[in-house]
Amino acid sequence: MVELRRNRRLAKGVSIAGVGIAQFGAFPAKTTRDIFSEAVQDLLNRSEYGLNISDIQCGYIGNFSADRFEGQAHLGSILSDWIGLTPTPFTRVENGCASSGSALREGVMAIASGLYDIVLVGGVEKMTSVPTMEATDNLASVADSLYEVPAGFTFPGIYASVAKAHMDRYETNLEHLMKVSIKNHHNGSLNPKAQFNMPLEELMQQRIDWAKERSAEIPHWNDANEFLNDLMANPWIAWPLRLFDCAPITDGAACALLVSSDLSRHFTDTPVNIIGIGQATGRPLHDAEDLTSFGATRSASKEAYDMAGINPNQIQLAEVHDCFTIAEIIAMEDLGLFTPGDASRAVDDGRTSLNGELPINTSGGLKAKGHPVGASGVAQAAEVFLQLSGKAELRQVQQKGLNLALSQSVGGAGGTSVVTIYERG
Amino acid sequence: MLDLNKSFSSASFYEYLINEMLMGTRCNNCGDLSIRPRPICFKCHSQVLEWVQFSGFGSLSTFTIIAIPPTIMVNRGFSRDNTYCSGIVTLEEGPRVSGFISGVDCNNPDTIEIGLSVKVDFSNMWEDLPTVMFVPR
Ligand SMILES: [Zn+2]
Repeated sequence: MVELRRNRRLAKGVSIAGVGIAQFGAFPAKTTRDIFSEAVQDLLNRSEYGLNISDIQCGYIGNFSADRFEGQAHLGSILSDWIGLTPTPFTRVENGCASSGSALREGVMAIASGLYDIVLVGGVEKMTSVPTMEATDNLASVADSLYEVPAGFTFPGIYASVAKAHMDRYETNLEHLMKVSIKNHHNGSLNPKAQFNMPLEELMQQRIDWAKERSAEIPHWNDANEFLNDLMANPWIAWPLRLFDCAPITDGAACALLVSSDLSRHFTDTPVNIIGIGQATGRPLHDAEDLTSFGATRSASKEAYDMAGINPNQIQLAEVHDCFTIAEIIAMEDLGLFTPGDASRAVDDGRTSLNGELPINTSGGLKAKGHPVGASGVAQAAEVFLQLSGKAELRQVQQKGLNLALSQSVGGAGGTSVVTIYERG
Repeated sequence: MLDLNKSFSSASFYEYLINEMLMGTRCNNCGDLSIRPRPICFKCHSQVLEWVQFSGFGSLSTFTIIAIPPTIMVNRGFSRDNTYCSGIVTLEEGPRVSGFISGVDCNNPDTIEIGLSVKVDFSNMWEDLPTVMFVPR
């Protein structure tokens, strides 16, 4: 047996030197390539020293399912061509909902290996072109099509089962899940790129307006809590998860410019260094060691923390994969940010809100920013970059000495997890 | 006659299931049991495995009530107004399996208890796609 190196290190420093984010939402007239180009344009427009797009030497683009949603595979070449970068090598990375979390990691490895100095990583998903049932079917394909789907499981159904197990073991309840949603919607209301760039009260007003237009019975809620507790407004999707426990179906894209750290100041005055990154796989829920925890997140975060040489309690801000509210809670626990069972209480106490001790999902998270599946991993990295470089505007975390942050991107129900740790450059 | 020489494949698993047998594999090296019949033992990576029949008795470890079904379940008649239960059952031999749980009150999920004793049920097999199904014991 060969002796394997256990402590993984990047052979070369890698930094984020800029980010681009397309508007998240539902855009019937836009295709995958249009949305992706919008993110790249945003990167170029934000660039401080006039980034020349032709300096990009390589690209990794996360995309879950343009083949199913849009009938378009082979996105690497399609997107490279669309932004005028041929013959630059571009590769599509598919890892379910962690596709661009993995694309980010591929980009980091491409620079750390010494092969490239300037790499574009991104992610894109165009999801609203198909009816909801087809989208549900497409999303279910991240689960095990031979042993989970035949039992009737949908993707929300698998997370609902995690929620039920968590509620049974700890004192997690529907109220806790709702608090995650309310927090993330509040943050999303401060993010102009978010699909729900509005307070919940505005969504409530929209519902009332729709009812008026259709001469239907006009609903009345005193506040957001009443709205979310109204099963007509917030119906079950997969008990015990309701509509507002689920991230929406979204069109969107994000990208980040990764550069060799020694070059970062040629591109920006505020680079963010990637000091740890880990990725792991996990088993389907029925074969998971624990029904309330994702082993893949535990493994990936251990690798990332070890690489960064830090402890979870040093993390000051996190973007985690809240495809469902329960996912945010178990992420907090699996990442070691809170002890199992304490995450629900932390949300309840506001410890993870924008001005709490450990702000989580300042972007609005997948819940309110939107979840264009293959774009979410890099969109998280983009949020971390904006926060650590002090460019998050209305939602800028005010914490003094904000220095260390983390993002976690999950594919399926813990089938893949990618954890990245960032430090202000 | 029980044919124990089928290949370790999902096709074999579902062939057994259609014939009313919940089968899985046992590793001849470490004894690990698995419902999903992989050719390599998950635990010790041995390739010497054998088919074993599970009793079909177990307990419900977690579950959900699906209100927005996928196409395959819509085709079987389920909808927001006709919900169903999917769950994870821990078999008495140890392994867990995802299954369709019938015979529970989907309109009152609070009445369905974790730990509910269940047994495999072959009486309502859908022909389009065989499903591991359980009913309360
Ligand atoms: Zn074995």
